[in-house]
Amino acid sequence: MAVKSVIEAVREAIREEMERDSKVFVIGEDVGIRGGVFLATQGLAEEFGNNRVIDAPLAEASIMGIALGAAFRGMRPIPEVQFSDFVWPSVNQLIGEAARTCYGTNGAVPVPMVIRMPYGGGIRGGLFHSQNVETHFFHTPGLKVVAPCTPYDAKGLLKSAIRDNNPVVFLEHKKTYRLVRGEVPDEEYTLPIGKADVKRQGSNLTVVSYGLTLHYCLEAAEELAAEGVDVEVLDLRTLSPLDTATILESVKKTGRLAVVHEDNITGGVGAEVAALAAGQAFEYLDAPIARICGPDVPTMPFAQTLEDAYMPTSDKIAEGLRRLAAY
Amino acid sequence: MPRKPTTRTRANSSNGANSQAKLPKGLKASDLVDYYTRLVQARSLDERIWMLNRLGKVPIAASSQGHEAAQLGSLLAAEKDGDCFLFPYYRDLALKVAAGLSPVQVMMSFMGKAGDPYSHGRQFPLQGADLPHKIIQISNVVAAGLTQSVGYALACRMAGDETVVLVYFGDGATSQGETHEAMNFASIHKLPVIFICENNRYAISTPQSAQMVVEEVASRAASYGFPGFTVDGMDLIQCYEATREAITHARAQGPVLLEMMVKRFMSHTTDDDDRRYRPEGEVERARERDPVITFARTLIEEGMLTQKMVDEIAAETLRSTDEATDVADVSSPPDASNLHDSVYSP
Ligand SMILES: Cc1ncc(C[n+]2csc(CCOP(=O)(O)OP(=O)(O)O)c2C)c(N)n1
Ligand SMILES: [Mg+2]
Repeated sequence: MAVKSVIEAVREAIREEMERDSKVFVIGEDVGIRGGVFLATQGLAEEFGNNRVIDAPLAEASIMGIALGAAFRGMRPIPEVQFSDFVWPSVNQLIGEAARTCYGTNGAVPVPMVIRMPYGGGIRGGLFHSQNVETHFFHTPGLKVVAPCTPYDAKGLLKSAIRDNNPVVFLEHKKTYRLVRGEVPDEEYTLPIGKADVKRQGSNLTVVSYGLTLHYCLEAAEELAAEGVDVEVLDLRTLSPLDTATILESVKKTGRLAVVHEDNITGGVGAEVAALAAGQAFEYLDAPIARICGPDVPTMPFAQTLEDAYMPTSDKIAEGLRRLAAY
Repeated sequence: MPRKPTTRTRANSSNGANSQAKLPKGLKASDLVDYYTRLVQARSLDERIWMLNRLGKVPIAASSQGHEAAQLGSLLAAEKDGDCFLFPYYRDLALKVAAGLSPVQVMMSFMGKAGDPYSHGRQFPLQGADLPHKIIQISNVVAAGLTQSVGYALACRMAGDETVVLVYFGDGATSQGETHEAMNFASIHKLPVIFICENNRYAISTPQSAQMVVEEVASRAASYGFPGFTVDGMDLIQCYEATREAITHARAQGPVLLEMMVKRFMSHTTDDDDRRYRPEGEVERARERDPVITFARTLIEEGMLTQKMVDEIAAETLRSTDEATDVADVSSPPDASNLHDSVYSP
């Protein structure tokens, strides 16, 4: 086992899968010579050639449409959206077309592709380099949505996503890229899509999160542990399909639920998790479900004060959990 | 091929030699008779579908009447080549029928029955995929198929295939940004894609003049550095020849834009009434060059068909349409339990 960063784990997963299967290729802006703006594809063009690591023209709709068309022909494209904020020009191909292809052809045309996107804020990215875009894809049947937060999960899940026969939106939180490090096995492994992971066992309350805020939840849980509150932290890892069984099991055990995410609160993943618990674990709940999420402003702003005010930090999460525990 | 867009005219069209000498390259007389038959079958189904719409049995239809020569001429070239893949659009009824579906399958699709070969009754008629006939059309979102077709061609090249991809769209679709993106990428990578614009000078009610200032869509090819041609889309043989040359060019050198000038004989769809926006007499004048009539006339003149055969073909195709209508009408719709199937692939 070696300690690696999230970006290293992502790069290794792509590299190993490209080596394993000649159908896998990468297409995106600056992914070739430069190796991507975050260096996720560094060295791959040299190793696999420009035909499998394609520097695309600066046009997201065609990056997505071309990847989709290549998937029709049995390739396993990995289109990279340079920043999730720039996915919007390609959303017709992704939500409009790719998500509907299998269903609209009665299963005749599978879409094995992984759409990688660095997303999220806390890096002074302002309105157009901080966006949380997951809810739009989470809401779309036909897409799978994966949002890991550790190097181990990122590598294992990305490898599974590449082998999956469906369009998988693979969300990589930018702030975790170099900040979060962890052990990654040297030997080959994959992790199943659709399985949440209990990142911290606890008995008093359940907090469900994913991405960057999962780490903030772990910090908050430590704070509360010192105060005698035993918090279970559940990392969704996959948003779609949602691991309802693991969520319900934890909620039934603790009787208290908080959902935490950076994305806007209204209509977000947390709302769905809350509805799930209210609908299927109502009798087990000892307190109203808490949502500690990004507020309903378009994105996290640029100024430090405003960015801080937006972000569900560990302090804000701890405060929310304290209230929930005391109810 | 010259780089400059040109307007082609059909070679040898008034040559008085015997029929063999006048056959376009790569074709036998029987090919043309076969294609005439497919054309008449497609027209017969197309007309019946509109009637069935008025009877409440077909929810929606877009007609290819007036576009058939372009669709079948290019299809004939693709079939003769033997290694082409097609990305048609919603107006390509004749193309999809002629590509090999049975009249019963066509009617099932229009009536939303379980036997719909494209999507099992999930989509608008003849939309989805007909892989046995090498056709994919995921949606009717205009121009969405263009970048997909380019990606398909890219994948074929990666897999070591020689496949040429033909992608079809209307004049209105050329205004979409993705049309530009698709052509630009195809040209950078010299991909074997033939962009076929069926230009009927209307996008629903919007005339070409409100869509673009250029006269010929084909002139845009110059800005991508590949050849573009405008051809008479009412002339099946001219469309065949242009596509045939384009296939050869595409495989060796990269994309081609073929603009086929056609006439839309019907309203945009069964939900539209074109009397609101089309000048009186326009459709009648257009129908003077109805490909069903002009193609028959050419084949009779060249001794490949007789009036008797024309009458027999008309009767035979009509019988098939009648039969198909009856069979599809009483066939089962998809079971409601099917609603949840194939959201994801295994
Ligand atoms: C992106 C998109 N916008 C609007 C529509 C609605 N619509 C369907 S067909 C059409 C006109 C298309 O005209 P053209 O491309 O010239 O094709 P034609 O129908 O004339 O063959 C419109 C506006 C659509 N299908 N897709
Ligand atoms: Mg038109």
